[in-house]
Amino acid sequence: MNIQAIKEQFPILQQEVNGHPLVYLDSAASSQKPRSVIDAISRYYETDHSNVHRGVHTLGSRATEAYEGAREKVASFLNAAHPEEIVFTRGTTTALNLVASSYARSVCKEGDEIVITPMEHHSNLIPWQQAAKATGATLKYIPLQPDGSLSLADVEKTITPNTKVVSVTYVSNVLGVVNPIKEITAIAHRNGAVMVVDGAQSTAHLKIDVQDLDCDFYAFSGHKMCGPTGIGALYGKKSLLEKMEPIEYGGEMIDFVDLYESTWKDVPYRFEGGTPIIAGAVGLGAAIDFLQQIGLDEIDKHERRLAAYAYDKLTAMDGITVYGPSSNRVGLVTFNLGDIHPHDVATVLDSEGVAVRAGHHCCQPLMRWLNVSATARASFYLYNTEEDIDRLADALLKTKEFFGHAIG
Amino acid sequence: MQLDDLYRRVIMDHYKNPRNRGTMDNEAVTINLNNPTCGDRIQLQLQVEEGVVKDARFTGEGCSISMSSASMMTEAVKGKTFGEAQAMAEKFSALMKGEPAEFEEYEEIEALSGVNKFPARIKCATLAWNALRKGIEQQQ
Repeated sequence: MNIQAIKEQFPILQQEVNGHPLVYLDSAASSQKPRSVIDAISRYYETDHSNVHRGVHTLGSRATEAYEGAREKVASFLNAAHPEEIVFTRGTTTALNLVASSYARSVCKEGDEIVITPMEHHSNLIPWQQAAKATGATLKYIPLQPDGSLSLADVEKTITPNTKVVSVTYVSNVLGVVNPIKEITAIAHRNGAVMVVDGAQSTAHLKIDVQDLDCDFYAFSGHKMCGPTGIGALYGKKSLLEKMEPIEYGGEMIDFVDLYESTWKDVPYRFEGGTPIIAGAVGLGAAIDFLQQIGLDEIDKHERRLAAYAYDKLTAMDGITVYGPSSNRVGLVTFNLGDIHPHDVATVLDSEGVAVRAGHHCCQPLMRWLNVSATARASFYLYNTEEDIDRLADALLKTKEFFGHAIG
Repeated sequence: MQLDDLYRRVIMDHYKNPRNRGTMDNEAVTINLNNPTCGDRIQLQLQVEEGVVKDARFTGEGCSISMSSASMMTEAVKGKTFGEAQAMAEKFSALMKGEPAEFEEYEEIEALSGVNKFPARIKCATLAWNALRKGIEQQQ
């Protein structure tokens, strides 16, 4: 894997920010886009655009082909059994909300349980909180180990025959920990529950095989994996999707409409109301091509190496607290620099051209668990190098110096 | 991007030695405000008598900019009528937009003018002032 050659394919990375070559370490929030994805979107608008499914003309067919072609690419990328198991959504959040609003609300009743963890992103927490409130089900949390990981013994204890839904993130966007999804899925199934996976932080970095994981639903966003914003997908086992009611009405999801009754199309169309983000799907397809050309295994290896390098480098620095487990982590390092507030850290890093995230990362319950109000986070992707992490470390030393004088 | 424009000595002094940090137990007007995008939190308490802010205190968690801004604002607002306090909040908005604004009531606030060059940090600086506006609105 030639990182320099990969980096050169990302036009946005070839710039200076505040007088320094940009080091972009915020890919967990949103990744940058390679030339091939940008070009695929332009080309679609320049030559093929039309609405999908309805146009009885050449462009209509081309647009439909491009959109459905992207669905097939996503299906094969996740190793889904059928393209119909892929529902295009705006992203992970919409996908998880769809499962919570349609599946969970129709299945759960008082006395049932929904199981999640305290490390969930707000998008995989609030939909379940609301579904529990609406149905009378109990929301239960699998506790975290002191280092922020999950223990299977705790998973066994938390999931019971009353559990109807288990929803867990594959990779934590704060701790970087990779959760044992396959094992959790097996425990969920043994208790008769369905397994939902928040794949927002895993799909870009790990090889995903939904059949091997045997999860029932899997949600992800395109923009974190070199694709455009506004597109993502929900994978759902066909037998489950077929039992679900749509939550948005209009457009392509319609089969037959009468004055007082209507019927819906088959899955996945019944969940794709309105004109979909066709160019987004095309861009996502191009991103999948790009990632597959490099190879997800290669990307995974590179990122684990980077995460370990960053973890070692930062933990060796005086006055830094690094959160999360020391091993089995991908893609990111979350930390605090002494008493300096992470916003102040991020501003000084930015002045050195180093872009990191600072705040609660949409994980307020996890911040409380870590006993902090906010953290800084450096997240990596296939275009990052060891030198980028060295630049981060140098900029952190400068930050310490700057605030050392200022705060004392 | 000059960091010294943002982190002026007087700002760091307010961060290190915040004025009016704490709570009041008498009948104070209490406003809780979050900045949900970054996790900053402030609780502002105002002791109000006949439309005049007699005392102001704050607690909260946040970066140097949000906490020093709160410290300065509470100093500035003490003894001011609602009208005067609102006028100051307006002036502070102007300062954040890069417009020249003088705070003869409490000149140290002008040190925050550099925040205007750091758009990502304007929300930090305005949190306490938004709490003040909310408190006054509640009383009117």
